Amino acid sequence: MAWLKKLLGAVIVLGGAGAVAGWFLSAPVRLDAATLAGLGPGDAAKGKRIFYAGGCTSCHSKPGAEGDARLQLVGGLELKTPFGTFVPPNISQDQKDGIGAWSEADFANAMLKGVSPSGGHFYPAFPYASYARMKPADIADLYAFMKTLPAVAGKAPDNKLSFPFNIRRGIGLWKRLYLSPEPVIALPDGTPDKVLAGRYLVEGPGHCGECHTPRDFAGGVKKAEWLAGAVAAEGSGVVPNITSGEGGIKDWSEADIANYLETGFTPDFDSVGGAMVEVQKNMAQLTADDRAAIAAYLKAIPPHPNGYPARKPAS
Amino acid sequence: MRKLVIAISMLAFAGSAAYADPIKDRQALMKERGKLAGQISKMVKGETPFDGAAALDALKAMQANAEKFDVDTLFPAGSDKGDTTAAPKIWEDMAGFKATEDKFTADAKAAVAAAPADADALKAQLNTLGGDCGTCHQTYRIKKS
Repeated sequence: MAWLKKLLGAVIVLGGAGAVAGWFLSAPVRLDAATLAGLGPGDAAKGKRIFYAGGCTSCHSKPGAEGDARLQLVGGLELKTPFGTFVPPNISQDQKDGIGAWSEADFANAMLKGVSPSGGHFYPAFPYASYARMKPADIADLYAFMKTLPAVAGKAPDNKLSFPFNIRRGIGLWKRLYLSPEPVIALPDGTPDKVLAGRYLVEGPGHCGECHTPRDFAGGVKKAEWLAGAVAAEGSGVVPNITSGEGGIKDWSEADIANYLETGFTPDFDSVGGAMVEVQKNMAQLTADDRAAIAAYLKAIPPHPNGYPARKPAS
Repeated sequence: MRKLVIAISMLAFAGSAAYADPIKDRQALMKERGKLAGQISKMVKGETPFDGAAALDALKAMQANAEKFDVDTLFPAGSDKGDTTAAPKIWEDMAGFKATEDKFTADAKAAVAAAPADADALKAQLNTLGGDCGTCHQTYRIKKS
């Protein structure tokens, strides 16, 4: 029976070591002092552009809000996903229910590292895996702009997630796999500035890849199928392929893409639909140059066939 | 007697299936809306010169299309199955669906009544109508492929 005791001992030691390692590996990591020092005071006027590029209002305004009510970031939308229901919180300037008491450093840690002021992990339904690619100066500008928005009282309901996704600490391991400030698509030297500007908007604040790219079993985006379209994580149906591959938008010119983002009409005058309706409202607030940059980037990225299964024949 | 009733109702069902295809009908009307929006958009963007009479014709056709779009006939129970991108939400919230359609009809009517005098006026109307398209497609349509 000695061998059994040895085995048991080994299992306990290894398991214990694994748990200790897991604990350290899953610890929230904040921004370093140098990055925080480089934030500087933001410019609210410039931050407005980042606010719309980032699409904050699509998830954080009250569902169905129109016009100026979209600036009341009270939260409460229910995102029903295979992991459970995520409820975007109140990020208005309310001191108690919102983020009115957050410092600029708190805000930067949330946006770039997915870490809350109290040191916990945010769920990546908050798309910090994309925001991590943003420039600290843009984070500072966004913070300044959000300071100008109204304080609205009221806490949104909590997330309703199933095990094991309800263990926040586990997100630390997820971050080790998927959180990186590096661009997704490496572009060669001599790439036009317009395409680079588009890459920043799409991969960073715009967080297009969060819905338009299929995900692996652990919920990380499959960078090898970047923007190839995906089965919708929330609700039903699919999110379209926006590369130039089979099933994608090869036939769209750059002007078509920019026009779609501005007006909501596709080249054959179908209209924007689904969750993209809110996104397009935000894109319409950007400058024509920003929309043209997004279009130029989408035409420059590697083409992929659809990242979702073909439609089943009608039954 | 019972057999006869069943036979008649089966014939009637077969007949309605053969003569009316609400999915095709509603798709044809939607396609026409898109085509009209395309004509208007060309003038808004200056790809074709602004022509008040042609713009008004397009808006009138849009209004006629909207008035033909009878939700009860085009979205009968059971027509959520088949080659359609209509969302189940239509039948769960028929009143809400009809309200968005009614808004489109009202906006098309208002556009005709206002008879746009220049490309800018037409642009404002196209934005309103396009916004209605998006509002409805946000909730009541599912992208499937």
